[in-house]
Amino acid sequence: MLAIKLAFRNLIGAGLRTWLNVTVLSIAFVIIVFYNGMLDGWNQQALTDTKEWEVGNGELWHSGYDPYDPFCLQDAHAPVTGKAKTLVDARQLTPILITQATIYPQGRMQNIYLKGVDPDQQIIKLPSTLFKSETNDVPAIIGKRMAEASKLHKGDRVLVRWRDKNGTFDTREVKIVSVFNSNVQSVDNNQIWIPLGVLQHLTGMENEATLLIAGKNYAGGSIADWQFKDLNYLLKEIKDIIRTKKVGAAVIYGLLLSIALLAIFDTQVLSIFRRQKEIGTYIALGMTRIQVIAIFTIEGSAHSLFAILLGSVYGIPLLWYIQNAGIPMPKSVDSMGVSISEKIIPVYSMELILSTILLVIISATIVSYFPTRKITRLRPTDALKGKIQ
Amino acid sequence: MNESAIIKIEKLTKRFHVGTGEFTALHDINLSFGKGEFAGLVGPSGSGKTTLLNIIGTLDYPSEGSVEVIGQSISGLTNRQSAHLRNYNIGFIFQTYNLLPVYTVFENVEFALLLQNRTAGERKKAVMEALDWVGLTDKQRSKPSQLSGGECQRVAIARAMVKRPLLVLADEPSANLDAKNSHNIVQTMKKLNKELNTTFIFATHDEKVMQYLDRIITLKDGIVETDKLILNTEI
Repeated sequence: MLAIKLAFRNLIGAGLRTWLNVTVLSIAFVIIVFYNGMLDGWNQQALTDTKEWEVGNGELWHSGYDPYDPFCLQDAHAPVTGKAKTLVDARQLTPILITQATIYPQGRMQNIYLKGVDPDQQIIKLPSTLFKSETNDVPAIIGKRMAEASKLHKGDRVLVRWRDKNGTFDTREVKIVSVFNSNVQSVDNNQIWIPLGVLQHLTGMENEATLLIAGKNYAGGSIADWQFKDLNYLLKEIKDIIRTKKVGAAVIYGLLLSIALLAIFDTQVLSIFRRQKEIGTYIALGMTRIQVIAIFTIEGSAHSLFAILLGSVYGIPLLWYIQNAGIPMPKSVDSMGVSISEKIIPVYSMELILSTILLVIISATIVSYFPTRKITRLRPTDALKGKIQ
Repeated sequence: MNESAIIKIEKLTKRFHVGTGEFTALHDINLSFGKGEFAGLVGPSGSGKTTLLNIIGTLDYPSEGSVEVIGQSISGLTNRQSAHLRNYNIGFIFQTYNLLPVYTVFENVEFALLLQNRTAGERKKAVMEALDWVGLTDKQRSKPSQLSGGECQRVAIARAMVKRPLLVLADEPSANLDAKNSHNIVQTMKKLNKELNTTFIFATHDEKVMQYLDRIITLKDGIVETDKLILNTEI
């Protein structure tokens, strides 16, 4: 207690030097919380959107399906029968049929995935009920990225060509009944969604699917040839991307933190150099060297406590404002391969704040301690004279 | 050797390493100090006064010989034990006062008691009493930077005396003071020596201090040249 009391008094008594160090460290503290909060917010948004729009509570893949191999689609489909059919009927699973196709918007040729989805499904957010608004033509929905790339708009008709299960080319005009807005690129880019039954009929793959998306009530596990992929598997890439981003961000705020810690280190070295008489006096008055080291170490690490307090004073309103306003993201980041919304809402979890506080306190304590080890070698008689050693 | 002495020094030699050689600061010193003495180590610069005072104060250790301070041989003390001995039994007064600049007068004096983990009530009572001895009760909230040299040294005396040590070591306490203040602070110490029976040992070459001493030990080149008892009535 005595060491803490003395350390805080000395630190406050040091005046401007203390507050400069505290200010720099507080900036590092706030930036660490901000950066990580932004990435956590992005992570949370990407995971939630991907679950809601694409993967539900997991997916059951046809054994031949590989999302990175478009050539597999010719064979990666099978009838939905048995237990799988029962679960589809119980709305615990919804089948998706995928085939390669080509569209010809305004005379141009564009390769796409033609995907079939049940108009009545409610497992993913895809607005498939809008298919029902069109009765004469084959209804189709596309995402905003696809609409932009193909220059298609709501109400447009476009020629689609595909190969049926026998390998025969066939064409049909589809009508865009809606352009949906999703943060998830993998349900949007180069894709046209039509009713599942229509696609099954057009391709001759009656009652067949490429994959089954699981709803909230699905217990998990593979069914016959349908291999279950859980959320850990399906969302791994997003998590990996965010993790990589965090490492990149850590380099930036690590540099900032290092500057602040270097300032504390310098202050400690200078303190021990300038305050040798004081150290000698402490020892003469009856303190052990360990107690003196504790005073100086606590003094240094107390910078971090003041920094956290100061950072809270301006950081809380600032971060609160950013959380409410969101961080607008430029369009170019849409090509990063991960779901990203127009605005990222940072998430400042208790875990993030506590771990940042610990990081700042522990690192400040370590850099404060190292210069104080010199005190163990300092002779009190030399210290009292203020002799440079 | 005085059996009731609180300090017993036998065949003390202190050497320092200087470059590749050695410098003998004290050579074969034999001294003892009893309780309540008001003694001075005098001699020119480099005669070994401060070195001897530091060894008695357990801030330094002998190269040879033995030094017993308040019943404890200092050669065998650990850092913790010597810190404990200083904390409870030895007060220091320095030439440059060595007050802690960020603390008030009260807090500077209180510091010694904080190290003894005394309660706030005990500390306050003892500090006010010590400030009363040195006549600084009205300056208790001042910082050292707001005090004169004489006042600073009186705070240092209060800090040394507040824990009522058996021994006070004063290293050139008047060196930075004018004549009037020098007399004042030595008179204060002499008064406390009489009232509290505390042993005072000075390292000084100041005539103004010497006139108050009951015993003058003259050192020259690390050797005790003379050791005289003086019948001193001056306060």
